[in-house]
Formats: sequence, C-alpha cells, structure tokens
Amino acid sequence: MSGALGGPPAGPVRWVPATVTAAWMETPGSRSLLLDAPELAPALAGQHVDIRLTAPDGYTAQRSYSLASPAGAEQLQVTVDRMPDGEVSPYLVDGLEVGDSIEVRGPIGGWFVWRPEQTEPVQLLAGGSGVVPMMSMIRTHAASGSTAPLRLLYSVRTPAGRFYTEELDRLAADGVVDLQYVFTRETPPEWPRQAGRLTPALVMEFGIVAADAPSVYVCGPTPFVESVADALVRLGHDPSRVRTERFGASG
Amino acid sequence: MGIFSPGFSGRSRERNPELPPGQYLETGFPVLTAGPTPRIDKRDWEFSVVSETGERRSWDWQAMLDLGAEDVATDIHCVTAWSKLGTHWRGVPIDRFLDAVDTNAEYLMAHSYGGYTTNMPLEEIKGRAWLAYEFEGEDLDPEHGGPARLLVPHLYLWKSAKWVNSLQLMAADAPGFWEQNGYSMHGDPWLEERYWGS
Repeated sequence: MSGALGGPPAGPVRWVPATVTAAWMETPGSRSLLLDAPELAPALAGQHVDIRLTAPDGYTAQRSYSLASPAGAEQLQVTVDRMPDGEVSPYLVDGLEVGDSIEVRGPIGGWFVWRPEQTEPVQLLAGGSGVVPMMSMIRTHAASGSTAPLRLLYSVRTPAGRFYTEELDRLAADGVVDLQYVFTRETPPEWPRQAGRLTPALVMEFGIVAADAPSVYVCGPTPFVESVADALVRLGHDPSRVRTERFGASG
Repeated sequence: MGIFSPGFSGRSRERNPELPPGQYLETGFPVLTAGPTPRIDKRDWEFSVVSETGERRSWDWQAMLDLGAEDVATDIHCVTAWSKLGTHWRGVPIDRFLDAVDTNAEYLMAHSYGGYTTNMPLEEIKGRAWLAYEFEGEDLDPEHGGPARLLVPHLYLWKSAKWVNSLQLMAADAPGFWEQNGYSMHGDPWLEERYWGS
C-alpha cells in the first residue's frame, strides 16, 4: 500500500453542529439519517464522520459512521445499524428525531476513498452494513459520469436486510453498477443459489479478474473482510490494490 | 458546545479514570487494517533497524527471542474510540534493538510487511515500546499483527504497527501511512490527538 493524498485540511478537525433533516428506517434494524452540517468540509466518497452525543448531565459518547452520501453532498447521509447492546446506535435509530441537533466531526480518512479521477475498474465487496461507504462511491460514480467499470458484490443475510434496494436496482438497470447479491441466510423466491456465505469461488465467479487490475474495496464485519481479502490475494490481486475497512461490533 | 440529546443517557454514569477522553470500554478486540492481512511464517520473518546513515542490523526469529522478552500488562487505545484495559503481552523491549546501532536520529518510521508505515519520535518509544509476539498467553494472531507487531501502548494503536519488519531512524519527522491520510503525527490518546490539526 502506498499512497497518500493531499495535504492537511485548512483547520483542525473539530466538532461542529449537525441538524437531522430527514430520517427513515432502511430495514427493520437500521435507520438512515440525513444531516445538515454546513461547517463541515466536503467529503470524499468512502470517508466517515464521528458522531458525538451528549447526555443532559454532560456525559458524552462518540462513534464513527461511514457516509453513504456522494462526495461533496450538502446533506450527509449515514445509515446506522441498531446494536443490541450498543450505547450510541440505539439512540440514533430509535431516539433521535428530525429537527434534533447532534455534533459531528470530519470528514475523516484518505485511504478507503474513491475519486472520480480514477479510471481503472472498481470492484466493491460489501458485507452487511459495509455497503454504506460503497453507496457513497456508487453515487459519486453516477454523479460524475465516470466510465470506469464498477461492480458491487453485496453479501447480506436476507432480502429484507438490504440497504438502498430500490436505488441500487435502478442504478444497476441504468448500467452504472454491475450488481450481484449474495444472501447468507435467506434468498428471494427462485433465487439461483442457496443461501450461503460469500466464498472464494463466488468472488472468482462474480468479481473483476485480477488481470484487469481493478481497485478493490472491501468493507464489512472483520470475519467477512478477512476471508474476502484472503481470497482476493489468492486470486492474484495485488494486496496494495485491495483497500479494506472493518466494522467492529461496537455501537 | 451546548448540544444535548435529552433522551440519551449513555452506558456508564461514572467516568472511568482509566479511559482517555472520548474512549469507550471494549471487551472484544476489534481489527482495523487498511488492506489484506499478510501471512508471514516465523521461519521467513526478519526484523531490522536501519540508522540514518544506512547502518542496518537484522534479527531472525530466534535472534529476536535471544535478546530477551518480558511480560507487559497495559491498556490499549484505538483512535476509533475503543479502549481495552489490562491486556497482557509478551515481547522484546525496542531499546534492545536500538542499542545495536549508533544513531543521533530523533524520529523513526516503522515499516511493515504489506507496506504499512507509521512515524514517531525516538524518545517517545525508548523504554515504552516492545516488539510483541504473544497476546494473552497465545501466539499473536495474524489479524492482530502476528507473528510480531510493534507495541507502543501509550499512543493510539495505529502507531503499534502490525507485521512490523523494520525501524528506519530519521533525522527529521515524516508522515507514515495514516499520518498522510488524515491522522495525527503524534497520537497521544490522553491529549486526544486523533486527526490532522488536533
């Protein structure tokens, strides 16, 4: 891995206010929030923000959330999974209301990003809510009119657990992204494959081949990322072209 | 800054003095890595220190063990806001490697198998850093940096380079991988030096 990019931003990365302008349940266990944070610098596709909550007695807790909104969007979108024993995520999913303010900091991260100037093929591999930063990349790709081949392999437990289903299907129909689902627990009716994990064989079957030298982005829970990244390296992908981001079970 | 969330109570009402600002207590061991996990056999493993004049000293696995390891009990803090308290490691003090070269350097760049880099002041790691190869009595998992990683527990964990294979001593500071990608040059969790400009 090499690579680095740009100089430091003009000012420190500091906490700024954000107002919730819209919120909806993405699935039964997860919620998308649109945030208006005018003091935040424009984000790149794939970056994340920190969100901080402050209790009435001054206690604070912060967590990192990837952005689903496209690069440079004025309204930032995050999609939050409700973690059963989580501290922050239950409030973001069930407590926060439109019009409420929270604090955000960012955007952060210069590695797990896709820029419209990139012309090489792009292979995205998402496990569960790991699709969030991929959505930012796909939306950015669509908005920029990029002609770089773009493929998403999206591993998800059930059809009802998918994020951004209608939009992804539309973008796939429009030819922006080549979309392939892998259902690990339950498939739609008459699905051509049984439910099961994203195996190295499926990565080989549906992924862009190493010979095409794609940039590869893998995001999801640690076991997903470990097994998929290992498979990619065994399939001949240059490790320095495989960018990973892992979602721990924190919340 | 006066933004409160009325229905938010948080998990813990009492501030744990062992947790740096903005950190929460984690009982698992999350993994954060920018790319695939390198798989390095101990038989092929090598670790080097390279001085600012180019003098290089290298150790294979057995030579590293021969320098003498010690047990380390410490808290660890990740920039993504989790901390783990009372972890147990075994490793060789970094001073024992540094003693093998003549240097007037003030900084170092740690390099890893897979290409990762991270920078820190030399003073910062003297007496406070290890080449760690065991975690909680077991060989260090590849996911967590095995067979051996740097352990610099008083800085955020990205400074504790996984799969480390050399320390390059430098007269002037230079940014490593995450330091070029938005993160602090120094990374003290107690000062909350997470990002550029913080």
